[in-house]
Amino acid sequence: MKFLRHNGAFVALVVVCIVGVARYESFLTVENLSNILRQNSMLGVVALGMTFVILGGGIDLSVGALVAVAGVAAAMLAPHNALLGVLGGILVASLLGVINGLLITKARIQPFITTLAMLIAARAAALAVTHEQSVNISGDGLGWLGRGIAPVVLLLILYAGGWTVLRHTRFGRYVYAVGNDEDVARLMGLRTDRIVIGTYALSGGLAGVAGVMLAARLGAGLPVAATGWELDAIASVVVGGTLLTGGEGGVWRTLVGVLLLGVIFNLFNLDGTISPWWQWVLRGSFLLVVVVVQSHIRPATLPS
Amino acid sequence: MNLRRVALSREYAALAVLVVLVLLNSLFTPHFATVSNLWNILLQLAPVLIVALGMTFVIATGGVDLSVGSVMAIGAAIAAVLMERGVVIAVGAALVGAALIGVLNGSMIASLRVQPIVVTLATLIGGRGLAQIISNNGELMTVSNAAFLEIGRGSFAAVPVPVLLALVATALAMFALRAMTIGRYVLAAGGNARAARLSGVPVRRTLVTVYAASAFLAAVAGLIMAARLGASDAAKIGQNMELDAIAAVVVGGTALSGGRATVAGTVVGALLMQVIATSLNMLLVPYAWSLAIKAVIILVAVFLQRPARA
Amino acid sequence: MADVAPPSLLRLEGITRRFGAVTALDRVDVSFRRGEVHALVGENGAGKSTLVKIMTGAYRRDDGEMFLDGAAVNFQTPAEAQAAGICAVHQEVHLLGMRTVAENLFLGREPLRWGLVDWRTMMHDARVLLDDLGLDIDPAATLSHISVARQQMVAIARGVSLGASLLVLDEPTSSLAEREVVILFDLIARLRARGTSIVYISHRLDEIYTVCDRVTVLRDGKLVATRSLDGLERIDLICLMLGKSREALRLGATAFGGRHAAAANVEPLLRARSIAFAPRLRDVSLDVQKGEIVGVAGLLGSGRSETAQVLFGTAKSTAGSMFMNGAPYAPGSPRDAMRAGIGFVSEDRKADGIIPELSVRENLTLAALPLFTKFGIVSRVRQMAIVDRYMSRLGIRASSADQNIRELSGGNQQKVLLARWLCTDPELLILDEPTRGIDIGARGEIQRLVNELAESGLGVLMISSELEELVEGCSRVVVLRDGRTVAELQGDGVSEHAIVHAMAETAL
Repeated sequence: MKFLRHNGAFVALVVVCIVGVARYESFLTVENLSNILRQNSMLGVVALGMTFVILGGGIDLSVGALVAVAGVAAAMLAPHNALLGVLGGILVASLLGVINGLLITKARIQPFITTLAMLIAARAAALAVTHEQSVNISGDGLGWLGRGIAPVVLLLILYAGGWTVLRHTRFGRYVYAVGNDEDVARLMGLRTDRIVIGTYALSGGLAGVAGVMLAARLGAGLPVAATGWELDAIASVVVGGTLLTGGEGGVWRTLVGVLLLGVIFNLFNLDGTISPWWQWVLRGSFLLVVVVVQSHIRPATLPS
Repeated sequence: MNLRRVALSREYAALAVLVVLVLLNSLFTPHFATVSNLWNILLQLAPVLIVALGMTFVIATGGVDLSVGSVMAIGAAIAAVLMERGVVIAVGAALVGAALIGVLNGSMIASLRVQPIVVTLATLIGGRGLAQIISNNGELMTVSNAAFLEIGRGSFAAVPVPVLLALVATALAMFALRAMTIGRYVLAAGGNARAARLSGVPVRRTLVTVYAASAFLAAVAGLIMAARLGASDAAKIGQNMELDAIAAVVVGGTALSGGRATVAGTVVGALLMQVIATSLNMLLVPYAWSLAIKAVIILVAVFLQRPARA
Repeated sequence: MADVAPPSLLRLEGITRRFGAVTALDRVDVSFRRGEVHALVGENGAGKSTLVKIMTGAYRRDDGEMFLDGAAVNFQTPAEAQAAGICAVHQEVHLLGMRTVAENLFLGREPLRWGLVDWRTMMHDARVLLDDLGLDIDPAATLSHISVARQQMVAIARGVSLGASLLVLDEPTSSLAEREVVILFDLIARLRARGTSIVYISHRLDEIYTVCDRVTVLRDGKLVATRSLDGLERIDLICLMLGKSREALRLGATAFGGRHAAAANVEPLLRARSIAFAPRLRDVSLDVQKGEIVGVAGLLGSGRSETAQVLFGTAKSTAGSMFMNGAPYAPGSPRDAMRAGIGFVSEDRKADGIIPELSVRENLTLAALPLFTKFGIVSRVRQMAIVDRYMSRLGIRASSADQNIRELSGGNQQKVLLARWLCTDPELLILDEPTRGIDIGARGEIQRLVNELAESGLGVLMISSELEELVEGCSRVVVLRDGRTVAELQGDGVSEHAIVHAMAETAL
């Protein structure tokens, strides 16, 4: 049971890949595999940030909108200076993440309602600023970020960084502590508010990175980009094996979750007979099943 | 006594804002205070209000139902597909089918103890796909059955049918809350689940009923939208409806923490949000900005009602 | 006298704390000496936990002074108290179950190397710390995977490593097995030898006599006495806790009219034989006849509330058997218990009783709703008739039936909860501390009412820590100790003396 809980997603990924190799000739090709990685790299970066938030016991529904805001900001700033575009996009999204964190900790508004409002407001701002048009990036200062091997390398670097932070820094350890039990963590002397704000800032910042990557890849900042990504990110984190209630999990599990969902949908596409709508249904059912299973093989907790 | 006054002032805050807004708009917004515009506001309001009534009960139990928009689409899709078998069967199947999704939500929440946000998030995703599948894999299905179209376009003694349905639903919700056991069980389960269970309140059954009712009302709203459009658009019907419904409920004064509910407040909340949306629209404020304003209003309303830190 | 006593580590003078109109602590003076194990005892509501929270910075005091090593101190947060060397270890361990032992020991002060957490040093330091205290615990183990006893040791070790000079142990043995208690006592002895002061909160007299040097007794927020345990007889300690002088164990003046003799040789209404529910309830047997008030006596933690839980179906008995009216009875939920004709007024009005957002009317009729509901519609007329009847019969004082229950006094809330069950027309009513925290007037009214109900044929099982209430109200009293029935007193055998002796396990 324990093995399955920790490695269930990985086992599933292996099984799905074996099915892919057995049934579809085009599955095990460099082109297809690198496609899967590239297509899921942006979502993977968003899910990395979501991992921090969920580990800390929160939830961030605003990430999709923040991806769009960052993409638009980057596209608008890039003509002045490519680097300014990149940094500007990330910075704007991080700031919005900090606002999420402040509303949750200082104004004590529930995470889901705070980030739901941020979802609407940020998406609206992106639409309003662009007059609902996409913003083309003139020149090619950013294009490399979204093409070839760059997104995949960036993804792996960010995950390695995320792992280091979670495993080897005080902040990372305190995220686990807060997600385990925020009141106890406070009683043990941690400044829990700062840690919670930190997770939302990180989630916002990584959504910003994903937004810049996406804009670079598309050659434009789209105010409607990444709609619904929050759901895919949450699903990836939870499917990977991080507890939705916080306190247990990790970044590599999330990467496995992202790849598992990515490969499954890749197989659907290769098959070509499964409609995209069934994919939505499977997505929802998958999330439900995983959460139900998770809530019933929870580790033994302290008596309360 | 002081506490009571604060509680009262909260209850009437939304109403006061509504009155002020209507007055200001009547004075400064051209064409606002016209009969046709007022009917128009009510017509726009009807589906949102119907969904928000169900949401009021869900939130009173301390939960939330994010799946209402997708359930609206499912209801519309079922009705459109079955329309050739007669309007009664089509509408009946739509309502029953939707209620079953609510039962699914409620059972997972009550018996398997998964958080309401996650369960209904999953049915939000899956439900939208299901609606598309039911509509012959994403077709826009036009409906021409005259009787059905009346649901969205007809009127009865000069009152549009959607408005009439919203009125009936409001009356029923008030009745359920004030005069039926379910209303008390909802407030007891949301206010103190332990004490409720010790007093013999069937907490699980109550939760399942509430989520089923929420889905049922969402389906009614979905049918109104489909009848108004003359088609079932599985991609569009009910999109973002969960936000509008939650907004109406919390702006109206029902606390997200559960244990309290006010149907009249939800009506005022829904009206307030609709008047704001309409007036911003008439003042030619871009749609996007009016969305942002909506988000801020929700935050402020929740902030004002948050429970005090122990 | 003050100048001959050994110097105190922490001295509290005139500590007062009020919650609204309730005075939880009233001018309490205590001093804890260096290197002593000091028991703090008292029934629920005596003010133990409030006192501890003030000492450890979790609560502010309204009045009084605290001196640590002779210097006045004023803690605003638990962190400040910890920094000054005062550390509390609670009954439910305030540690992180999903993290390792080592992480819990060093949370907030992890050893760093180049800015990163130095796991190797942390594990090593944890090992050293645990060894030093004689604890055989793996620092790499996940906390929730080790026993509760060990978790408590980890919490104590954390306190010690934070430099605690005064450790407060709040009911440390309440969920430990006997074998584990030995390990804990070992650790306490070790700490005492190092000069650490320990405040030991417990209701288990055996333990107090085993590990403690002195005892302070609190009752109703007031200091009763601080005594050396050496030479203090057990029965005298219990008398202090119950607020009696040994000479004055007597019949007092409650509103109970007199005793109801049980009809002999009749099949009892309720019969429970050897029921058990780990860890607190081990072997309890009792009978209740129709029209009889049976008392359940026992110190805090003796299993008295757990008995009620098992009888009302919120906990499932793991042994023995129960019968209602002669038929086997094994409730799986409160609804089962209700169907069998049982009502239950719990000890904790706020957590288990009132629905805070609802009116008196809705709170009063919550359990009886099905009785006047047709097709899910509540008959307002019948509901109001019942509410009116019980409000006047019980003398519930509210501005109207629509007043919110939160706004009522404790006594009136309790009457509403009693009425909630009376209107379901039960055969047996279980009352857990029915008069706790209630003013004298309402207390008398409730006692009179219980008496009347029994006279009209209702069986009543009354759990109480008020001796007069038991002696004057009950025809029989079942005494519990350590989760077992240790005595059943009847008729003239019911006296405060006999109850106290049974609790103290000494012969008369």
